[in-house]
Amino acid sequence: MVYRPLLIAFGVLVLAPLLGGLLTGFDRWLSARLQARVGPPLWQPFADLVKLWHKDRLTVNVVQILYANAYLLFVAAALAELALGHDLLMLLFTLAFGTISLVLGGFSVRSPYSRFGAQREIMQLLAYEPILVLMVVAIYLRTGSFLVSRVVVFPRPLLPSLPLIFLGYLLVVVIKLRKSPFDLATSLHHPHQELVKGILTDYSGPYLGIIELAHWYELVLLLGLAGLFWATSVWAAAGVALLVYLAAITVDNVSARVTWAWMLRFAWQAGLGLAAINVVWLYLWGAGMP
Amino acid sequence: MSIVRWARGKSPWYFHYETGSCNGCAIEVFALQTPLYDLERFGIMNTGNPKHADLLLVTGCVGYRSGRVLRNLYHQMPGPKAVVAIGVCALTGGIFHDCYNLAPGADKVIPVDVYVPGCAPWPEAMIDGILLAAEKLRGAPVARDRRRLVEEEEPPAGGAGEEGKA
Repeated sequence: MVYRPLLIAFGVLVLAPLLGGLLTGFDRWLSARLQARVGPPLWQPFADLVKLWHKDRLTVNVVQILYANAYLLFVAAALAELALGHDLLMLLFTLAFGTISLVLGGFSVRSPYSRFGAQREIMQLLAYEPILVLMVVAIYLRTGSFLVSRVVVFPRPLLPSLPLIFLGYLLVVVIKLRKSPFDLATSLHHPHQELVKGILTDYSGPYLGIIELAHWYELVLLLGLAGLFWATSVWAAAGVALLVYLAAITVDNVSARVTWAWMLRFAWQAGLGLAAINVVWLYLWGAGMP
Repeated sequence: MSIVRWARGKSPWYFHYETGSCNGCAIEVFALQTPLYDLERFGIMNTGNPKHADLLLVTGCVGYRSGRVLRNLYHQMPGPKAVVAIGVCALTGGIFHDCYNLAPGADKVIPVDVYVPGCAPWPEAMIDGILLAAEKLRGAPVARDRRRLVEEEEPPAGGAGEEGKA
């Protein structure tokens, strides 16, 4: 059927915010419990979003709105690409476009806090993007394809042959979800913060809501990518994704913020180093694997 | 539109401004974040940014200088919004009420919705005040009438004050 991909994309784009909101609520609840607090109810992120959407529209300039919408659009497009089984490289480019939109939105205003946040967002991009690219290369070396649709029908789970890449991907998830110790550009759902609210300082009301929605899509996308590591069954993939999320929440709660230079050094030395070793190993001996 | 009212009552984010005093009330406001009082169970969050906030918490004696900052911050908040004055200094000026450099109460500078008396008030009283203000947010007009009301009544927000000219 010609309309099937459209229907799948539509379904995923409608359901992803529900899942992303619930996962965010779970994150806030679990974080509160880890801190010996009662914590907000599971539906709290939805109340926040509805409230934000019905606040007054206050903008610094029109370009800002454009970039907020572009961020949402690109992240949602990246998620649709994952759901439709498209090219992993294309997915990475789309996701990077989204992040760059957010950065440009941060730079489009005159607030120094927003600009600092945008610069730090670029540093984050610089830290995790090479690891993601090596991850895609490793997936290609193992499965012989960049297409998600081929990767998911690969008869064996990827995790046993990509263990170091998986560790690198954990690092990517923590950076990308803006969790401690890497909540440099902005921090989400936390009373603690630095530089006012970083890159989101000059976004307010409905536009902050748009960015929040984009974060939910991003969360689902990142957990979906984590699921690729054990894509032999849906349940295994969901289990891996949930474990990755729990690991990210735990790291968030046991660590303090580091500087951007530390993050960059760590991501390139530890994350990129592990990923590179895994890729070299796959390149030399991957052909003989079952 | 009832879902909008529900969401407003369940997710008031506050911004705390200490106008400059003994910090007794400010310390108690920080105590609201601790596991003992845990404001987040009501969906209430602290933001450091007036543009993300629904409630403005004022503590301390409002001086004529800090009053200017307070007014600026108030105008940077997008509506619907409410102000909670905490502590006797923010309410009336307290023992400093006849000082030459102080406004006798935050309500001489910005409209105050909820008054929480005490020196310093108990955190429980503050939670009560914040939830009262959240009730007020719930009653704020929804949808299109709001925008018209805002344009007529409030000075242009965001760019108001000294910062807007920079």
